[in-house]
Amino acid sequence: MLIPISWLKQYVPIKIPALELAHRLTMAGTEISEVKEVGADWGHDKVVIGHVLKVDPHPDADRLKIPSLDLGNGQTAQVVCGGPNLAAGQKIAFAREGAKLYNAKTGKVAKLKSSKIRGVISTGMVCSELELGLGEDHRGILVLPNDAPTGTPLVDYLGDAILSAEVTPNRPDCLSMLGIAHEVAALTGQTVTEPDRNYPENGDSINQQVIIDVTDADLCPRYAVSLIRGITVKESPDWLKDAIEKSGMRPINNIVDVTNYVMLEYGQPLHAFDYTTINEATVIIRTAHNKEKLITLDDEEREINPPILTIADPKRAIALAGVMGGRDSEVTETTTDVLLESANFEAINTRKTARSLGMSTEASYRYERGIRTELVPLALRRATKLILDLAGGCAAKGILDTSPTNKIYPPLRISDDKFERVLGTSISINRADEVLSSLGFNTSRTEDKSLAVEAPYWRTDISIEEDLVEEVARIIGYEDVPATLLSSEIPHQIPNPSRDLREQVRDALVAAGMQETISYPATSLNSMAKVGVSNSAGQAALPIANPMSSDMTHMRTTLRPSILDTLSFNRRVSHGSGFKLFEIGKIYLPNDDVNGYELPKEQEVLVGVFAGPSSQMSWLTTGNAMDFFYAKGVLEVVFRRLGLNVEYEAHDTDQILHPGKTALLNYKGNRIGVIGEIHPNVLDLFNIEDSPVALIEINLETLYSTLEGTSPTYTEVSRYPESERDIAILVDDEVSSAQIQHIIIRNKLVQSSTPFDLYTGDKIPAGKKSIGYRVTFRSNQSTLTRELVDKTRQSIVKQLERELGAELRD
Amino acid sequence: MGSPDHFNQRVMVTPISTKRVEDVKSDALNTLLHISDLDSLDEWRVQYLGRKGQLTQLLRGLSSAPENDRAQIGAAANIAKTVLEEQLRLREADLKAEHLSGVVDRERIDVTLPGLPVPEGKLHPTTRMVREITTAFASMGFQIEEGPEIEYERYNFDMLNIPSDHPARDMWDTLWIDQARPDGYRPLLLRTHTSPMQARVMENIDPPVRVVVPGKCYRYEATDSTHEWHFYQVEGLAVGEGITFADLKGTLYEFARRIFGEDRKIRFRCDFFPFVEPGVDMSISNFKDKDGNRPINRDEDWIEILGAGMVHPKVLEGVGYDPDRYTGFAFGMGVERIAMLKYGIDDIRLFYSNNTQFISQF
Repeated sequence: MLIPISWLKQYVPIKIPALELAHRLTMAGTEISEVKEVGADWGHDKVVIGHVLKVDPHPDADRLKIPSLDLGNGQTAQVVCGGPNLAAGQKIAFAREGAKLYNAKTGKVAKLKSSKIRGVISTGMVCSELELGLGEDHRGILVLPNDAPTGTPLVDYLGDAILSAEVTPNRPDCLSMLGIAHEVAALTGQTVTEPDRNYPENGDSINQQVIIDVTDADLCPRYAVSLIRGITVKESPDWLKDAIEKSGMRPINNIVDVTNYVMLEYGQPLHAFDYTTINEATVIIRTAHNKEKLITLDDEEREINPPILTIADPKRAIALAGVMGGRDSEVTETTTDVLLESANFEAINTRKTARSLGMSTEASYRYERGIRTELVPLALRRATKLILDLAGGCAAKGILDTSPTNKIYPPLRISDDKFERVLGTSISINRADEVLSSLGFNTSRTEDKSLAVEAPYWRTDISIEEDLVEEVARIIGYEDVPATLLSSEIPHQIPNPSRDLREQVRDALVAAGMQETISYPATSLNSMAKVGVSNSAGQAALPIANPMSSDMTHMRTTLRPSILDTLSFNRRVSHGSGFKLFEIGKIYLPNDDVNGYELPKEQEVLVGVFAGPSSQMSWLTTGNAMDFFYAKGVLEVVFRRLGLNVEYEAHDTDQILHPGKTALLNYKGNRIGVIGEIHPNVLDLFNIEDSPVALIEINLETLYSTLEGTSPTYTEVSRYPESERDIAILVDDEVSSAQIQHIIIRNKLVQSSTPFDLYTGDKIPAGKKSIGYRVTFRSNQSTLTRELVDKTRQSIVKQLERELGAELRD
Repeated sequence: MGSPDHFNQRVMVTPISTKRVEDVKSDALNTLLHISDLDSLDEWRVQYLGRKGQLTQLLRGLSSAPENDRAQIGAAANIAKTVLEEQLRLREADLKAEHLSGVVDRERIDVTLPGLPVPEGKLHPTTRMVREITTAFASMGFQIEEGPEIEYERYNFDMLNIPSDHPARDMWDTLWIDQARPDGYRPLLLRTHTSPMQARVMENIDPPVRVVVPGKCYRYEATDSTHEWHFYQVEGLAVGEGITFADLKGTLYEFARRIFGEDRKIRFRCDFFPFVEPGVDMSISNFKDKDGNRPINRDEDWIEILGAGMVHPKVLEGVGYDPDRYTGFAFGMGVERIAMLKYGIDDIRLFYSNNTQFISQF
């Protein structure tokens, strides 16, 4: 909603600067997003009203003229002017040197300098609308009305400010000049003057000339018309065009402009029909017939169906109720008789109609928000008066008003405790009374010192006491309510172990050098297919009805494509670097619910990828390419931090992972995730040239559900020194390190053991590998003797030989 | 200098006496004066104090001395030993210090060379911001809760006093899940705000309630430098007896002070959200001027960071709370917008582009 201050002043005195007014409105709930000040840049006395005394031709240029100007106070000026419409006797806008004007050639605002044009010195300029920033017109100069006072700064005569208001959906009244005027009155201590609605009714009674038939009073609670005959359709006067233009609309003709003007004035949409086009002078408000056709004012032929409400005559629909008029009944240059409609249409049906037809008009926008039926006759009489003033003609006696009963807004009762209880500060009932009255509420004091309050006829948003609290608080100013800290009881804090675990995982991964990423949870079937997820039954992803784009059509059931896309993208912009990326995000798994009413299962999943060198290039070290074991090292850090004992089980059937370099992660017998190197074919699909790329994936939901008592438990610290022995053995390739470790570690004196050397190749028989373990022995009871340690080592070797067919290597 | 054997020989032939002890001592001290390195010092130690050193041998040969002199000679020898040991210790300390400072004097590294690269990771800026925000509220007694992103229309709108076909719905352009009931109704959507958790939390627990709910939200709207279709919010809700608008102000002021420090100014203005009454928009000053010398009525100097208000009685009724007994406040804020303001980020689209050059900055 655009609010020209010049227009607003007709209803309420404005005694504060536009910016201050904008600020007060903003603070009170009507946000002013922009204040456009017309003429603020010019320089106050740099542009003045001039009187063209005479016009001489330029000696050297046919197109240029040299007007002599009276600038008032005895000042004159002689300039060169190219405006073809310049003529003696006109009042014009004269800009002196230093005025800031829009330069159409450069497209910028610049200070005016004096110049010599074809040998004649020009010390100023006669301005066009465009140069002044008043409009688009640059073909000729701006000609002011004859009564414009010569010598007066133009900004005092024409200057204006236009406020751009973001009106919230609860305040359709603020989609009108009067609604805003009431706000301004309350915020500035002024009172509102209502516009003149009186006019002579010299014609025949309207009852004899029009028939109204409302067939559905629910969809059309009130419908009123007036009739004005013998009018002349013509261009509107300047003040009306100016008001319409500044409000962001286009002037059409005096009749249409009046209907728009009054709509903007009252917030009540109006429509003017050419009376003679209405068959049998009968207006029927009915729902559309099936597949009925109507050509609307925008020349679109529309097919309409129930429950769309139409205005019709006995033969056809002539308008879409509350949305747009029909072309066949519109007011044209030849129209002489106007049937003026002011009606109230039900909000939801109007909204549905506008949406179903893909239309949103000034009228539908207001009806959708629900406006008061009381506005109907007020706006009708106001518009009728203006039409008589501007187009002549003769108004029929009376108006037709079908249902002059209005929706009841029951009065509210409020006491001062309520203010205290909601706001936390006391507001006297006198102060509340004062504020509410200033907003136009009817108030009366009751015996119990509370206030009985009735909302004014333009307000639709007041139905409970809290609404009144807000009214008072917003006018007094939220800034004036004190700030206190919560003193009420603090509720029990309920532990949330799964969230804690997730955040620990996040921190552990970051500590291990990984970068967190967050990606969109919507993806495409194509993307999911790249990681081998088909959209077959059982793993179907949830489709989005109105996706943002064709690559985000479904809610993901895997995080793999997004992390690989992220890796691929970053590889392209910073090749050569290593990447350790992870995301903890949700997957969305549909329920098997046939009724489509169950929420999907949302599960948190961790996915991570490793690619490229393990560290930045350095003079101290060369980063090796990260592979399975780098990723596993990171996982081990994480699991150790969480106190989880996870087992790795070789796995060769993952959709995208290398069959020989992949392991399942098992925790307490549950499969919680997977680790592996990405299959080179899959890397190709994502345009990733690095090889290898390692991936980790953990379903945190499964992990949470398996967790119990993961807090670390204490093991006794030995006071005795440790001893180390190495065991190097030759075993079959198939024997896993885990099997060997299992045997070593089960021996009582063994504290820990770790493989330190692995060899396969020519120096040992095919199908065998050489593997060495450093074993640490320690006891809590005593210092171990050399003999005992050696004996235990011997025993371990025996066990390995017996159980795994190992051969000791020396 | 001769071998230890050679000394032994000599000792064997020299009769023991106090004078002899004194001679060895002064001989040792004299020699010590000329020793200038640790190796020679060690040889000196062996020569005089070692197992077969001169003084040790003297003591060992005490039995061959006349019985009357033994005590006197023994005492002299012990004194001599103590003196020599003390001198050895001092000389050794001096020589070590001299040696080390010599070594250190020669050792120089180029301290401007970079260190050994240690892997470093960073949290996503959104995660970091969510933690900062929730931590600020947690310290004021708010419990952190989370909820579903795919939500029923009922929780996302109806229970928040946003009826269908009301223009207020236009404030939240919605992405719908294409999954219909047999009657054609599509009940599921991507939540447009974290506010449905207000209803979910209140349905689950009795007052008093004090929660903050971080999480992802979605809107069907075109993206630009200040709009993302996918973003994070933190919702807050406090309901109980005697909770007021003044408490709302105090709580949010405290929050803003913790996140932004003391320099920024805060503004509360009236705004409309169907699930609160009175409704609030909290904005933060975008100017850096500490003194606040700028005219504060230039509304473009304020950036809206948060919507809030007193929980609407209809919302309380909807979850079975008695609005005559309980009052409360709710608020919701855009996490990215707060991060943008705090870190000076000028384009919200950077957040989920996952360009590591951006996300590794925080």
